[in-house]
Amino acid sequence: MEIRPIEFRPILASLRKHRIPAMLIVLEIALACAVLCNAVFMISQRVNDIHLPSAIDEQGLVSATLRGTDDKLVGSDIPRNLAALRGIVGVQQAAITSSLPLSHNNWGWSFGTSPDSALANRKNINVSLYFIGEGGDKTLGLHMLQGRFFNADELADSKFDTAPLPETHVVVMTRSAAENFWPGQAALGKTIYSKPYYYTVVGVVDDVLRPNVYTQNTRKSYDAVYFPMSAAGSKGALSYYILRGAPQDRDRIMREAEQKLADLNPGAVAKGQTYADIREKYFADMSSMAWMLVLVCVVMLAVTAFGIVGLTSFWVGQRRRQIGIRRAVGATRGHIMQYFQTENLLLTTAGVVVGMGLAFGINIYLMQHYEMSRMPWYYLPGGALALWLLGQASVFGPAQKAASVPPVVATRSV
Amino acid sequence: MFAYYLDLAFRSLKRNKVLTALMVIAIAVGIGASMTTLTVMRLLSGDPIPARSAHLFYAQIDPDPTPGDRKEPYDVIDYQSAVDLWSAHRADRQTLIIESPVRMRAPDVNLPATMPTMASITADFFSMFDVPFQYGNGWTAEDDTKRAQVAVISADLNQKLFGGANSVGRTLRLRDTDVRIIGVLKPWRPSPLFYMVAGAHYANGDTADLYSKTEDVFTPFFTGLELNDGNFSQYTCWHLPDHPGHLRNSPCVWVRLWVQLGDSSKVAAYKQFLDGYAAQQKVLGRVARPQNTRLRSLMQWLDYEGVVPSDVRLQTWLAFAFLAICLFNTIGLLLAKFLRRGGEIGVRRALGATRGAVFAQCLVEAGMVGLIGGLVGWLLALAGLWLVRQQSVPYADLAHLDASMFLLTFVLAIAASLLAGVLPALRASRLPLGLQLKTL
Repeated sequence: MEIRPIEFRPILASLRKHRIPAMLIVLEIALACAVLCNAVFMISQRVNDIHLPSAIDEQGLVSATLRGTDDKLVGSDIPRNLAALRGIVGVQQAAITSSLPLSHNNWGWSFGTSPDSALANRKNINVSLYFIGEGGDKTLGLHMLQGRFFNADELADSKFDTAPLPETHVVVMTRSAAENFWPGQAALGKTIYSKPYYYTVVGVVDDVLRPNVYTQNTRKSYDAVYFPMSAAGSKGALSYYILRGAPQDRDRIMREAEQKLADLNPGAVAKGQTYADIREKYFADMSSMAWMLVLVCVVMLAVTAFGIVGLTSFWVGQRRRQIGIRRAVGATRGHIMQYFQTENLLLTTAGVVVGMGLAFGINIYLMQHYEMSRMPWYYLPGGALALWLLGQASVFGPAQKAASVPPVVATRSV
Repeated sequence: MFAYYLDLAFRSLKRNKVLTALMVIAIAVGIGASMTTLTVMRLLSGDPIPARSAHLFYAQIDPDPTPGDRKEPYDVIDYQSAVDLWSAHRADRQTLIIESPVRMRAPDVNLPATMPTMASITADFFSMFDVPFQYGNGWTAEDDTKRAQVAVISADLNQKLFGGANSVGRTLRLRDTDVRIIGVLKPWRPSPLFYMVAGAHYANGDTADLYSKTEDVFTPFFTGLELNDGNFSQYTCWHLPDHPGHLRNSPCVWVRLWVQLGDSSKVAAYKQFLDGYAAQQKVLGRVARPQNTRLRSLMQWLDYEGVVPSDVRLQTWLAFAFLAICLFNTIGLLLAKFLRRGGEIGVRRALGATRGAVFAQCLVEAGMVGLIGGLVGWLLALAGLWLVRQQSVPYADLAHLDASMFLLTFVLAIAASLLAGVLPALRASRLPLGLQLKTL
């Protein structure tokens, strides 16, 4: 049997006769392709955001906040509370801090790199401040990249006076913050300023997220600095008790810690949370949006597929006689199948070409009006491929039906 | 005639069940998705207080004495300007608003303390914003100046603490101060929580939190300041405040000022008053940009702040793109359906039916698909809104389909299907008569 090249001309001729339905399919595929590319891109961005890395031991971490305490008594209350928390079975480390990554409890401040940087200086870089007590680095599981964590003297001497900045001269910052303050230079030993306060970098840690993240600008999301803080001088700023244990113990530790803090501090409000919950809650909106997008994509593809099935079935029904004639004059079932598959391929190709343009346009629009970044190029061919496959899959059934039209149909009058 | 067309449409739809089902599903899914997002969109972009919003204005001046050019003032104002403007009583009604987390418990109720947000406001708040009371009422202007130790609580809190009973006269301990409850609100759920909106335009569309419930505790402004001193946080400062948390006379902005102005001449007069105040403060060296005063109406303010979450706007776009896809689909299927009946149409035409009659008949059939699609779409929209309510967004509890949206579902469904039907019906009515009859 000779192998004939796929004949486009008869297909094109027949499509010209069905110009409007053909155009509708092309438009439908184009729109589906455009929406699919952008929706999948949005999903991937959200999934990335939800999994933004943060260099602390999130799995074993438990937080218990204590709010509404008396600022004058915290100097003795905090060490007592910490001692009690360390007594909980399974707690390996316990410490106190002012806030946690993704906790929404942000304390921001702007610093500059020259000695005359004042608060209102617009060139300053805004960072999130974390105040942390003894053992905080080990409890969080911070990765020290350069330098050191605060020593005992620095931790004991740091306090708040009247300003919202601590009376100390040392700071530990994240790698990203260091890179933003001094691009391409070593940060260790350099100083950040907010007149009249100044702090020298004694250590650089791996990137830890801020209490609020910038989902479209992940670079800014890691601009965080750590200051030492003593319990006595903290003026109520230290309200996050953090505990670390084995991941399987964390729920129990959380409940016991909350109970213990509530018992020891009857006047205050204690609330325990595992860190895994804090992260999940922070991104809850985002993950529900991602799921909604997935749902839309699936239903949209299904509708498109049904549309193709419906219209092709109709065409097959309409052309039964012609199919019969072709079969009678020697076309195999394969040829008939191939005809409808090629027809679909042509329509889908026209659709995805328009669709890729449209997808690109929508992306540009979204970039202007919503916090969207540019879609990487490979989403376009990806979307095209998906619709090609969808088109071929949905044409398969009707094409098979067409192929099963017996040649005898040709001899019958309609 | 219409009844006859309906009958014909019904028969025709019954004849090819698969095709009919496909069309109904396409319309239903498109309508379901767009009605779900439209309902949420309407909920979030609507007027939170339709009866009053035209007369409510948000007053701003730029109290930052640091030179430099800034186009817009900060979203909130400093304590001194706020109190100066408020105590001038130039508007019909006016209220100052600040918020702070406060430790709270009811001494005679055996429940652990909590840390709710307390709104500290002045007496006009309740009448300005039409706040409904279940028991008791708000406080007087005299209570404001006297720093009366009173509070109004939300229906939610009343339910939680007192089981919904009349709690007027009972005591609430806020931090270390006992206040007397003088009013309990009816359930009140302005959406968004418009009087607290500030700083939203920096949120990059991440504004879902503006649709949370109201605060649980309302205290007089100066009473709240006193009893929770040290726990207030600034919106921003232009230099270091001397005592963090103690914001009276600090170089920080943190207070909201809402005014009610009855007519446009009063609005103009109040704006003049604001300008005059800013100019006077410029002379005193307290203000660098006296031109930066604003008096936006409530809806202008919400618009400026961009309160509708960008996710919701995106979803609406998406839903309509989706509806468009479903429409293309339906057009294609209707076209297939009508043209397949070329013979039947030919016979009708030969027996004397006009093109218009064929066109009308086809449209009736399309409309019927729309009606059934609308019905299924309405069920899908109910399911969609149920899904929204299961999410952990602050506005989840608001997502219900009201009567007007219910009607809109069907209007949209039928309009969409008629729109989809126009082209196929036109084609069907223009079929060359002879050709169709010949093939029979």
